[in-house]
Parts: sequence; structure tokens; C-alpha cells
Amino acid sequence: MLLIYCPYCEIERAETEFRCGGEAHIARPSDPEKTTDDDWVEFLYMRSNTKGIAAERWRHIHGCGRFFNAVRDTVSDEFLKIYKTGEAKPDLEALAREAGK
Amino acid sequence: MSQPFRTEKGGRIDRAEELTFTFDGEELHGHAGDTLASALLANGVHLVGRSFKYHRPRGILTAGSEEPNALVGVYRKDDQTPNLRATQVELYDGLKAISQNRFPSLGFDVGAVNDLLSPLFPAGFYYKTFMWPKSFWDRVYEPIIRAAAGLGKPPKNPDHDSYGNLYAHCDVLIAGSGPSGLAAALAAAETGAKVILCDEQAEFGGSLLSESSATIDGKDPAVWVAEAIARLGAMDNVTLLPRTTAFGYFAHNFVALAERVTEHLADPDPRLPRERLWQVRAKEVVIAAGAIERPMVFPENDRPGILLADAGRTYLNRYGVKVGHKVLVATACDSAWQAAFDLADHGVEVVGIIDLRESPPESLVAIAAARGIRVEAGCVITSTLGRKRIKAALLGRLMTSGQVASGGQIECDALLMSGGWTPTVSLFSQSRGKVVWDAEAGAFVPGKSVQKERSTGAANGLYGLQASLADGYAAGEGAARAATGKSATITHSRTSGGEAGSGGTLGALPHDRNASRVKAFVDYQNDVTAKDVKLAVREGMQSIEHIKRYTTTGMATDQGRLSNMNALQIASGALDKPLTDVGLTTFRQPFTPTTFGLFAGVSRGDFFDPVRKTPSHDWVVAKGGLFEDVGQWKRAWYFPENGEDMHAAVERECRTVRKSVGLFDASTLGKIEVVGPDAAEFLERMYTNPWKKLAPGRCRYGLLLNDAGFITDDGVIGRLADDRFHVTTTTGGAPSVFATMEDYLQTEWPDLDVWITSTTDQYAVAAVQGPKAREVIAPFIEGIDLSAEALPHMSVREATFCGVPCRLFRISFTGELGFEINVSRRHGKMMWDTLAGEIAKHDGVAYGTEAMHVLRAEKGYIIIGQDTDGTVTPQDAGMTWAIGKKKFDFVGKRGLERPDLKAENRKQLVGLLTKDPKIKLEEGAQVTTLENPATGTPAEGHVTSSYFSPALDRSIALAIVKNGHALEGKALYVPMPEGSIPVEVTGTVFYDKEGARLDV
Ligand SMILES: [Zn+2]
Repeated sequence: MLLIYCPYCEIERAETEFRCGGEAHIARPSDPEKTTDDDWVEFLYMRSNTKGIAAERWRHIHGCGRFFNAVRDTVSDEFLKIYKTGEAKPDLEALAREAGK
Repeated sequence: MSQPFRTEKGGRIDRAEELTFTFDGEELHGHAGDTLASALLANGVHLVGRSFKYHRPRGILTAGSEEPNALVGVYRKDDQTPNLRATQVELYDGLKAISQNRFPSLGFDVGAVNDLLSPLFPAGFYYKTFMWPKSFWDRVYEPIIRAAAGLGKPPKNPDHDSYGNLYAHCDVLIAGSGPSGLAAALAAAETGAKVILCDEQAEFGGSLLSESSATIDGKDPAVWVAEAIARLGAMDNVTLLPRTTAFGYFAHNFVALAERVTEHLADPDPRLPRERLWQVRAKEVVIAAGAIERPMVFPENDRPGILLADAGRTYLNRYGVKVGHKVLVATACDSAWQAAFDLADHGVEVVGIIDLRESPPESLVAIAAARGIRVEAGCVITSTLGRKRIKAALLGRLMTSGQVASGGQIECDALLMSGGWTPTVSLFSQSRGKVVWDAEAGAFVPGKSVQKERSTGAANGLYGLQASLADGYAAGEGAARAATGKSATITHSRTSGGEAGSGGTLGALPHDRNASRVKAFVDYQNDVTAKDVKLAVREGMQSIEHIKRYTTTGMATDQGRLSNMNALQIASGALDKPLTDVGLTTFRQPFTPTTFGLFAGVSRGDFFDPVRKTPSHDWVVAKGGLFEDVGQWKRAWYFPENGEDMHAAVERECRTVRKSVGLFDASTLGKIEVVGPDAAEFLERMYTNPWKKLAPGRCRYGLLLNDAGFITDDGVIGRLADDRFHVTTTTGGAPSVFATMEDYLQTEWPDLDVWITSTTDQYAVAAVQGPKAREVIAPFIEGIDLSAEALPHMSVREATFCGVPCRLFRISFTGELGFEINVSRRHGKMMWDTLAGEIAKHDGVAYGTEAMHVLRAEKGYIIIGQDTDGTVTPQDAGMTWAIGKKKFDFVGKRGLERPDLKAENRKQLVGLLTKDPKIKLEEGAQVTTLENPATGTPAEGHVTSSYFSPALDRSIALAIVKNGHALEGKALYVPMPEGSIPVEVTGTVFYDKEGARLDV
């Protein structure tokens, strides 16, 4: 069971309090009508399914209820960075290098 | 009482306390401090079970949790727990144990015929034999396999024990309390770090408890252990957990421990749990799991009386038990020599030490000579004799040619063997670390750490007492420093003796016998021989994972801790590939078998899954109503009267609602309060319908899609004020709709000023439906005008019900005049009882979910998840009227424009009427265009809802059918085993198509 830091509660809590919300930084196109079919399909279904360093959404569903983003090594489950919704996507390669991955 | 194999003195048993126990009904005696295994051996009992496949007589092989043979059933409280390892069962007075996998008795077992028939049971036997015909799979093969498989018999009664559960956090968790584990604990504890030390055994100390030839700080190692444990026990920052197995290493240093609390006690306090699950989050973990000895793979290496050498030494030094009176030792490494010496020193006749090596260390040979023990170097065992107990072994001499020459026979009543040592890397492997080959240790040892853990001592391939202590101190200090940043120095103990030995062998040993006829066991528990592994390679298995599954080697409860290395070496030879290229299979949780009770904990019976009850629950029970489970909710299903069956009760309930009035508990509907200046804008974006122009005091049906364009939920939404909406969802959809709203609000539209709150549990809801609904509620509602003019269909008001505030909706899920009254949950029972009393005065009824379903189907109101399946669009469902076409955007709008969702031939929701009005279709039945389509013809669709409609006095059905909307009036078929049923496609509204009944 993962131990997850909520950046809003500023505390570590067990995974059972959270729910993973899939890959992060996939924005819903702001003008859907002008979005092509292919781009909409990309938004709906296409995910990178990374083996390694990935940014994903988490929600502290049984705590504060807030969504936040986290960079996790999907192989080791190690969290490399946790940040609030709205903050820019970190440089995953740089994070991987820092962590010696 | 006589225990013929008990030593005169020594051991850690309490000789003053004699215990009586039975094994297969025979009364025997042992002492406090014995395990069942040691007590049996003290009585000369080696034969304790029959093997899995060949039913060969088997004896106790080890002294630890890796025991493959001595699996027994133990009776407690009139039931028995099967498959307990006798080596771990602590003896208590009155213990009652039975052997397993034998019939009619352990001594005479008819299944032993399998051993004679063994040429018929090669590796992959099951795969080869139980293949064809397919029709035999369920009825013939499976019963045969099930009857033959498994060892113990499952208990007959529900588990009468209780199980505890604890969460714990610590700085350093140490698994194992041998020399390195104890040293690690002492070093870590000294820094002030919070330490948990656990060990699977009853006593701390591991190998130190049976160490006779060394001292620590000049003391007997067991005394040093006692002092160390006393010191640790006195420290507030240390938790000591004996009888506690670290069985699972999970992500983020989450380690699960199983503590056996009462099973070793004759008469435990009934308030205590049988076992306790510790869920430990450790900042650092020290794995001090030690190493286990490998069996030697020689022909007939499985006779009762053949044990691992270190087990023999443990039984002698720790339990005061001699494994035999004439003991032969076969080895490939130094450590077994010490077992021979200890036995000789206790007066046991050691009839020989057979060492595989050409030149065993001179020093050992000299000690053996001093004790008059015969030594045969460069020799192997080629056969053993004796059916239920070994009585002799045949010797083979290794020739320079590689051949084996016969070396004569040696009489013995026990044989101790050692093929060397295998570090226990199970926990490390569970932590997702990869093992690496250590050529010097001749073993796989932990490689790079993936999590915050370190292996120490023998678990890391390091042997020798002084080295193990030093490594343990370093591991404990290092772990504490990494966890807390603090360090401390403690005085390191000095040892004498206990030097590391050398030697060891892997794989099958050479012999002079017909290789196709002998059985040299690799995996005792699964009856896998060296020959089976070779056969698997010959038959094309290349990967160790395939070899494992084909032969089942390493698939027993010890996960191959005893067998893997030998199997790997044999496979490596057969494949002609280096051992390191063949690879090791992964160890998984749990380390040793773990009870289901431990995992279930208190989540049993009423606590298995919470039950959610509505305010009418007790009333329904009192009226004899039946319940339907909807998720965790108990919902009233129907209310039979005067012996009615379900059909009659539902029909009466439906007719009464349409004729007079019905009362329905709608409290389970999901409710969400949407509040804020942008509340209307938010709903505008979430739901397909327009909301901005909905006036306060009015309601609207809301349809919710996902962004792909498919229907996911629906419900009525009432506007209470400009900035406040009362949203209802389906019963099952409440949590997911709320989560979806939060997701869009927080991550896509953080600009919107809206608060959403789940209020499902805050309101009790009573639906009053039927022509007399207004009369029923009127006496209790104050503060508003209930007339049709003032309160038209699809309105909402805030009022009072019997003086308590309520939200009153005029809505209908039946097609009749209807009201849904929401009061605070704590007034729900009052509201229900009041209305139930009132409807009786108007010839009304309480109705359940079944009648509700019929009534809504008569009106063509869909149930999400029943009439839709996640691939249905509003167009498919005939609900384009619910889409706000002028809206800029809503969830699902763009998805609906995708070509696939606008394509021809989509399945659409239609009504179906059987030609014969008495026939009710089966929900889920396939719909076809041909009366009797050929097998394999794709269906045009399927029936989603089907009922007998009292209002129409005939059956009705809803279905999803390809191009269904265009087929109205056409004939289709529903083929059933009893014959095809002709149906006509209709619209989805069967009753009161104009909706006149709503408008009163
Ligand atoms: Zn939080």
C-alpha cells in the first residue's frame, strides 16, 4: 500500500484515502467544437501507459477531496514529486536523472 | 514416561513439565518448549505424512517454517485446522494432531499404489492426460483431480476464532532475530529509533538457540540472547514480536506481519484473537531472515528418518532430541560435520560422514578421527532402504572417470544431509529487488535495493558468527541513521567459535543406478523428482517459469525455498546454459501460508459489508415486506399480503398506485447540493439539458453523459434559488456522479464559483404517487399551495411537513400525480409512519422497487445501467429532446458528434410487444430478424427490461435493437430454447402516451 503526501493537507496518508485519476496534464480542449475528431479521440482514450516516470492525477477522496498531481515511478512506485493542480508539469527526464533512474 | 530419543540433558525444553498429546489417536508425551515435531521425534516417530502425488511415506525434514512433509491437522474447539507445519506447532497439554493425505491409515495407505504406478505420472501428467474430450473437463476430470489433490481436509465449521488488526509505524523494522537480526536490533534501538523486532519462532535467537560450539562475550549464545532480549524489552522504543512472521513486503515499506497470539496455548483467554495482523509502515527495514539448508538430491532421499543436518542439530541442541541412535551424515559442506560432532558428544552412534568433496578440511577430519567417526570423502549416497523409516544407505564412490562405483551399505536409523545453504531472499524479492549471483557464496543474494531496506547476515550470503554480528550491528546502525538521522555507539560483542564453513552443492548427485527408475526428490511437497525437471526440458520447456509450472517444482507452500536452487541447477544442466542465464522465479507474498481469517480480520458477518437502511426499514420488516439489495442498500422489494406470491403482490401494488395512491421510500436516491453564483453555469456544462433559464421553484429531468457521449446517469434537478440546485442521481450512481462533478469542477473549470456537497444521507425521501397523492399529503404540508395551478408538474417548493422543514417536489416516476417529500434524515421515520397511516385511509399501499420498475417501464422511463450499458447515446435512447442544442458545450457534446456515434445501424431503445400478450420475455434474451436463425448469426439486440403490465393487462418489454427506431411496427423474434417468440417493435411509452394523468 502506497504512502501518499497530500499537498493540501500537507500530510502523508495511506493509499486507501486516495483514488488515482489516471494520467495528468491531459487538458479537455477548451473549444470542443473546433476540435477535430482525431484530437477528441486522443483526449478521450489515448494514454501513454508509461513504464517508468509518469505524472498522474490523484484525489484525496477520503480526506480533503482535492485533486493534485504526482510524479511516480510506475516500476518502483516511488513518488518523485507531488504538486498542486494548476502547477506546471515538471520536467520528467530531469526528475528521473535527479533520482538516478 | 519414556521418550526413547530424548537426550539425558540439555536443550531448552522444561523437563520438569511433561505434556500429553495425541498423534493419530496415539497418546504420547513431550515437554514444555517442544514443537510437535520435536516431541514426535523424541518418541521415535518420523513417519508423519504421505506425499502429495505418490503417497510415499514422509518424515520430518526440517525444524522450521520451510517444512514440506510434516503437515498435520490440529484439533481445537471440535474442529481441525489442516496443513499446519509440525515444526511450528508448539506443544501444549492435550494437543490433538492427525496426519494427512492417507487412507485408511498412515501406516497402510491405498494411495501408495500411485508410487508403483509412477511411470504413469510424469511431469506434465495433468496437462497430458486430462485434455480430451472437452465434455470430460467439468464432470469427469475435475472431480478426479480435486479428489486426488490437496493434503489436509478443510475445517467443517465456520471459523470460531477472532482475528485482530493493528497499524504500526516505526523507524526500523527487523525481520528475524538470529545473530545479525539481534545485533541490528541492539544497534538501532540504542540510537533511540522506534524499533520493531519480529521473529516467526516462539523464541528469539534463531540459530543461536542451537549453537553449541561457540560463545559470545564468553557466554553460551543462548544466554547472550536472553540478555539481549531483556535489554531490548526494557526499552520503551522497542516492540518485540515473537511468533510473528513478516509475510508480505509491499510498496513504500509497508510490511505485513502475522502474529500467532493464542494457538500455542492449551487454554487461551477467549477474549484474545487467534492471530493478529500487523500492518507496519517502516522507515527502514532490516531483513535478517537467515538461510536455509538445501537437501541433497540423491535417489530415495525422502525416506522418513532423513533430515537436514542443521535440523538434526537443532533438535539435539535446542529440544534435547536425538534424531536416531545410529546416524549417518551425508554432506557437501562443513556445517554438517558439526551436527555429527554434537550427536557423537551426546552419545549417539555416528556411523559415518559421507562428504561429496574429495578433500574435506583437515581440521574436521581430525576432529572426526578423535571421535572415532568413519569418514568417506569423495562419496555420495546412491540409494536408501527402509519403507517407513530409513534402515540403511548405499554408498557410491566418485571415480575420476565421472562414474560412480559401489561403495557398500551402511546401516543407520537416521540420515542427516546438507547440500549447503541458500539465503532466504523471499522478503527482498517481494520488495521488488532483483537477486544477483554470488559465485563465492554459491548462491543468489540480494542485489540493489529498490525500497528502503537492507539484508544482513546469512540472508545476504554472509556466514560465520563474528561476521554476522558485525554485519548486523552495521545494518542496525545504518538503518537507524537513515530513518532518524541519529546514531549511537554500542559495545560490539566478541565471539569465539562459530566460524564460517565452506562447501556446498547444487543439483542432482551422480549415482550408479538406472536413471529412469530412481526417484531423487527435488521438491518434496509437490513430489517433483530430478527426472521430472529433465523431462520438462526435453519436452520443450526453456524458461524456468515454464519448467516450474510444468513440473510444479517450487509451487508448494514453501515457494521452492528448499527446492529452487537444485531444480535450477538440474534445468541449467539439461538446457546446457549457465545457471545465471536460466533465472530464478520470483518469490511472492505470503512468505509462509497465512490464514484467510487474518486477512478478513473483523470484516466478517455483519461487518463484511456495511448495510445501509432507509427510514422505512423497521416498518417494512414489521409488514413482512421483502428486501432487495441495491449496492449496500436494503430496499423494500414488494409487500406480499395473505400469502401472495411476488407476481400477485406486485400486480396489486401497481394497480393500487394507478387507481388510488402508493407510498415508496426513495431515500436511496443520490442527492447533491450545487450552490454558488455559477451553479447554473456548472450544471449547464455538466448535463445535456439547459439550466440557466430554469426558474427557481421548477425542476427538470437531467441527463448526464461522459465526454465520449454515452449516458452515465440521470435524475431530476430542482432549482431552489438562483444560486442553489437540488440534484438527484440514481441510487447506484451517487458516488460516481459526485466524483465526476468534483473532477470537472476542480480540474477543468476551477474558474467556476460553485460548491457541491453530497447530501444523500442528509435527506429521507418519501414518494407519494397516484391520483389521490395530493389528498394524502395535504394534511401535513404547511406553507405552500398544493393546487395544480400553484404547483404544476415539475415544481419544487420549500415547506414544512408536520412542522419540520421539507423540500417538496412535484415529480413522477410512475406517470401518476406524484410528490417526493425530502425531510431531514432524523425525521424520516416520523414522515414514513405518518404517510403510511394516511395512505391506508385512501385505500393506498406501500409499494416496493419491483412495482416501481413496472410502473416506470409502462411509461418508458429508462433505468440507467439496465436499459443502457455504457454505449448508449441520447439519440439511441430516443432522448434527443433532453439535449440543449444551443449550448456552447456540455460534457459529451463533442463526443456525440463523432462519426461512430452518428452512424447508421446503431442499436436503439425500442418497445417490444409479444404477439401473445401472456408471454413475458426474458431480460437479456437476444432479438433477431429471423424466426430461427442459424447458429452463429449475430443478434440484432437484446431485451433490457421485461414485465407483466397490470395497467395494460399484458406483457411489455424494452430492448436495444439495431436501427430499432426505424423498425417500429415491424416483426422481430426472440429465439428461446422452447421456441422462437414473435414480437412487434413499438415505441417505448406503453401507457398514457399523452401524459394526461400527470396533469391533474
Ligand atoms: Zn488532502
